Amino acid sequence: MSDKTEAHWEATRNLMFKHLGVWLFFGYIIHFFVIPLNTIKIPILGFPLGFYMAAQGSLIVFVVMLFMFAKQQDKIDRDHGFAEED
Amino acid sequence: MTTQTAGSSDFIKNLGKMYGTYTGGFIAFIILLAILEQVGVPNKILGYLFVGFTIAVYAIIGVLSRTAQVSEYYVAGRVVPAFYNGMATGADWMSAASFVGMAGTLFLLGYDGLTWVLGWTGGFVLVSILIGPYLRKFGAYTVPDFMAFRFGGNFARFVAVLVLVACSFTYVTAQIYGTGIIASRFLGMKFEIAVFAGLAGILLCSMLGGMKAVTWTQIAQYVVLIIAYLTPIVILSTKHYGIPIPELTYGQAIAEITAREQQMLQTGLTTAAALKPHIQPFINYSPLNFFAICFCMMVGTASLPHILMRYFTTPSVREARQSVAWSLLFIFLLYFSAPAYAAFSKLEVYTNIIGRDVSQVRPWLFTWGELGLIQICGKNATNIDAIVAACKAIAGHPGVVRLQDFVINTDVIVLSTPEIAGLPYVITGLVAAGGLAAALSTADGLLLAIANALSHDVYYKMIDPNAPTVRRLTVARALLFVVAVIAAYLASTKPADILAMVGWAFSLAMAGNFPALIMGVWWKRTTAAGAVAGMIAGFGLCLFYLVVTRYFPGFGVKYAGMTSLLNPVTGAPLVDIAKVMALPNAMEALPTLAHPLANKVGWFNLNNIACGLLGMPFGFLVIYVVSLMTPEPSKEMQAYVDEIRKPRGRTVLVEKT
Repeated sequence: MSDKTEAHWEATRNLMFKHLGVWLFFGYIIHFFVIPLNTIKIPILGFPLGFYMAAQGSLIVFVVMLFMFAKQQDKIDRDHGFAEED
Repeated sequence: MTTQTAGSSDFIKNLGKMYGTYTGGFIAFIILLAILEQVGVPNKILGYLFVGFTIAVYAIIGVLSRTAQVSEYYVAGRVVPAFYNGMATGADWMSAASFVGMAGTLFLLGYDGLTWVLGWTGGFVLVSILIGPYLRKFGAYTVPDFMAFRFGGNFARFVAVLVLVACSFTYVTAQIYGTGIIASRFLGMKFEIAVFAGLAGILLCSMLGGMKAVTWTQIAQYVVLIIAYLTPIVILSTKHYGIPIPELTYGQAIAEITAREQQMLQTGLTTAAALKPHIQPFINYSPLNFFAICFCMMVGTASLPHILMRYFTTPSVREARQSVAWSLLFIFLLYFSAPAYAAFSKLEVYTNIIGRDVSQVRPWLFTWGELGLIQICGKNATNIDAIVAACKAIAGHPGVVRLQDFVINTDVIVLSTPEIAGLPYVITGLVAAGGLAAALSTADGLLLAIANALSHDVYYKMIDPNAPTVRRLTVARALLFVVAVIAAYLASTKPADILAMVGWAFSLAMAGNFPALIMGVWWKRTTAAGAVAGMIAGFGLCLFYLVVTRYFPGFGVKYAGMTSLLNPVTGAPLVDIAKVMALPNAMEALPTLAHPLANKVGWFNLNNIACGLLGMPFGFLVIYVVSLMTPEPSKEMQAYVDEIRKPRGRTVLVEKT
């Protein structure tokens, strides 16, 4: 396996773990604390925060992180010369 | 070939114009029907026009997209741009359960229902970062294609086909059932006939053009279903709060629900035992089950073949990734609105039904009461007299509707919102068309996944590798037809409730596919023996848990050490095992839905719908251990894995067309 391949895969793997971490946090960890979070009211909208995170907050994070991931992974591919031609 | 490429790139360029015109046309059609309603055209005719028009459009797209090319039939020629593939995936993904059932589940379960919202969105993160783009680079037509190539041939292929059929078939049956329910409710058809009418709609969209036709119809179906889902609550939100964004305004509704819950308790309209506060977590699912279901739905998303195969259709690996992001955005639009439906409906029920004199119940209930979907005081709410009589029969009844007197089927929440809001019938028809689009599009994707596995993997790769193109496509179409008819027949027998069946599919896919897919891409050392053993072990354990807890609970208790599930609030066992096991029918199996232990026993207090949580880690473990015990894969295979990981270059698998 060439160095270039190795470096590309390492960058890819690091990016994967980063996103997996964010996913784990917003998919699970934050919801472990739903009861204390529910005591906080979001101003104006009136949602309890714990409920809001499960109903909307985490979902928004998932959408945003997927667009970011597509960009970041593409950059990794380009930097290592493994991206497809446009 | 050259003219065809030029033609297809023109076609791709014009997609925006085409679907833009189509969307405009659909809105114009809604307005036309609204006018027809005002001039007095009866509701039934409006309903038929709605459903008939939309299905006709799908069928026309399906017929126009007919193809005689293998790559178009299986992967839409790999020309679908990221944005449009995202829309198609959205329709593929959002099923009858999402469209009709989700809001109702949230209505009933409150916070705990959000496990489905989270679970059915978060999985796309895994699709994108772990699997989808790699499978695209690999260049498969089906998921078993990948398994066969990476894991040493037709035995792995065969196991993967079994997993695929097991999870997709229950799922597709649920979808066809959904089309039957919607068509029978809105068009007044008999359920059994409605199922086969739905079947005709599904076949028209998929049979002639395979993936190509399904892709272009799914985009059209997405447009219909999202307009249909959002319109009623946008109007409702504008009416109540003056802002047409229900996802923001329902925070107010939740605050009002919480206040009303307290008030109902104080005025004796409900009891602490009957009331499930909307925002309070973990009263329907224990924390373990809440997160287990969430996890299984997420990982299941990333393992379901009909979803993964959508990403085989993009022109590049880069677009496959972008396409997952678009998919989730389009799916998000529905899922972040579902809790708004639940909140608005709940507020309506709590303020305008509960606490009302039984002789003054609002008439919109009666349509649903006649179908047996709304009950008051234990009887179907068919008319005022029936309700008054039923409530009188209850000793000490105060004469007003109490919370515990009111029972509503979860499907009614979305379907009745237009009536609750006092909107014209045309909106109700729109919702019906949307629900039908959701069910049809998912059924199309699933049927194609099953039929393709049977025709491409079993027939072409295993039985007759020299079959000419014409015969391959004929076999593919014939199998599609046969699978569809079997699924429709099964659906017409009304098997189990939709949500439970869909949940099974996720856990089965997760246990059977996920470990092998992940390890196949991310760990070069994974051997064929390891992967096959892991698939069988994980899938087998999950299936065992599912079947035993549902159909042979007595056996599970006696021989497999299962115990009763616990009540999430009190922590007490749901059933008294000792007492039930002493009954003469304790060891009886099918038919068991009446069995007092069915779905109520298990290991670690884990609901059987989340059985993937047992199967998947076991699958990973077996793959790891067996792989280390068997010799390292060949240098050649390891080089192929490197190829899969780099977007540039040709696909690993090259199909002859």
